[in-house]
Amino acid sequence: MSKIIDARGLSCPQPVLLALNEIKKINKGEIVILVDTDTSKENVSRAATTQGWDVKSIESEGIGYRLTISKG
Amino acid sequence: MSKAVQFFGSRWGIISVGAFIGIFAPLLQKWGNPANMGVCVACFDRDIAGALGLHRAAVVQYMRPEIIGFVLGALIAAYAFKEFRARAGSAPIVRFVLGAFAMIGGLVFLGCPWRAALRLAGGDGNAIFGLLGLIGGIWVGTLFLKGGYNLGRSQKTHTSVGWLLPLIMLGFLVLMLIFPQVQGQEKSGVLFYSVKGPGSMHAPLIVSLVVGLLIGFLAQRSRFCTMGAIRDFVLFKQIHLLLGFITLVVVAFIVNLILGQFNPGFEKQPVAHTMSLWNFGGMVLAGLAFALAGGCPGRQLFLAGEGDGDAAVFVLGMIVGAGFAHNFGLASSPDGVGPYGIPAVIIGLLTCLFIGFTMRKEVA
Repeated sequence: MSKIIDARGLSCPQPVLLALNEIKKINKGEIVILVDTDTSKENVSRAATTQGWDVKSIESEGIGYRLTISKG
Repeated sequence: MSKAVQFFGSRWGIISVGAFIGIFAPLLQKWGNPANMGVCVACFDRDIAGALGLHRAAVVQYMRPEIIGFVLGALIAAYAFKEFRARAGSAPIVRFVLGAFAMIGGLVFLGCPWRAALRLAGGDGNAIFGLLGLIGGIWVGTLFLKGGYNLGRSQKTHTSVGWLLPLIMLGFLVLMLIFPQVQGQEKSGVLFYSVKGPGSMHAPLIVSLVVGLLIGFLAQRSRFCTMGAIRDFVLFKQIHLLLGFITLVVVAFIVNLILGQFNPGFEKQPVAHTMSLWNFGGMVLAGLAFALAGGCPGRQLFLAGEGDGDAAVFVLGMIVGAGFAHNFGLASSPDGVGPYGIPAVIIGLLTCLFIGFTMRKEVA
């Protein structure tokens, strides 16, 4: 069961900060991040990629997106 | 459409937008805007406050169409790419206060991050102290962010909430058309105009508006943010937004050279003073307030255009802050800081620290 981070409604740079904190904590595995703006979706994806994580999927969910990132 | 989305999210996307602003800001100066002030969000919000009579500093009164264009251009981009999302409710009063103090700090320096960049690109050495202050303020902001500072969540809300600031801007534009500037007169209908000083210097309305709309559109797409540029580098060592900001400075410098607008030095720079400590201090306050509010003054306008009601409150805070800045003698002039500018910066910094230290609750 992957950890779910709810970053919906949070201003910049909170979604990225929360995602990076979790990335540092678990080092590898899978994280799901919920965001509600395209900006947050792009920022979290970019930050995850630069940390060597893969953006596995981006699905529309409610008014925002559900990002799944992973590292093997 | 998806290719356009990809491009603006890419490194070349943000660089292109920085270059676009770097070309058109000096051109706006050539077409009539004040020197090293092709685009300055703080100065232009302040001029709008003057046009509305919220302060009565006679030399800075003009309903700047660039600002109107920024918001409406971002609105158009947000709708064109299906990104308009009305949202609000994340500590609006805090955003208002941060907007007001960001403006006061900016007016002690005489410019926002955008103008700091343009002043540097025009050869104004005093801008170096402003930019150092900006970096310092943002750095303090990142310490709060690392410590858990946040303004809480916004909520999805009625579409009309997101439309209010764009409608206010549209209303300002209509006022300009109903009550156009009359040569040599300080007032036209309900609007105030400057007969002399920076407020009297402006590019033709249609030119300012079109450039504003284009910048608003492009900046919404690329998420251009001068504060975020420095913040992301300090916080994450990410250079994405920074590339846009640096490109702006470099391109504006080259365009200034070509147009003969590059005049290096510290003394007698246009709409600037030489009190280095307060050029620095004013921008520490502005940088910290922008960092705590999550965006530079331009970005707040673009966010307001895409439906962010909290960013809209920040913008209104800036306009009201400009009223205080001039009514209370906080704003600087080419002679130096205003009579109460220094205590205002100190009070602003204390207010920001109070906000930063006390709003650290974990978000559920």
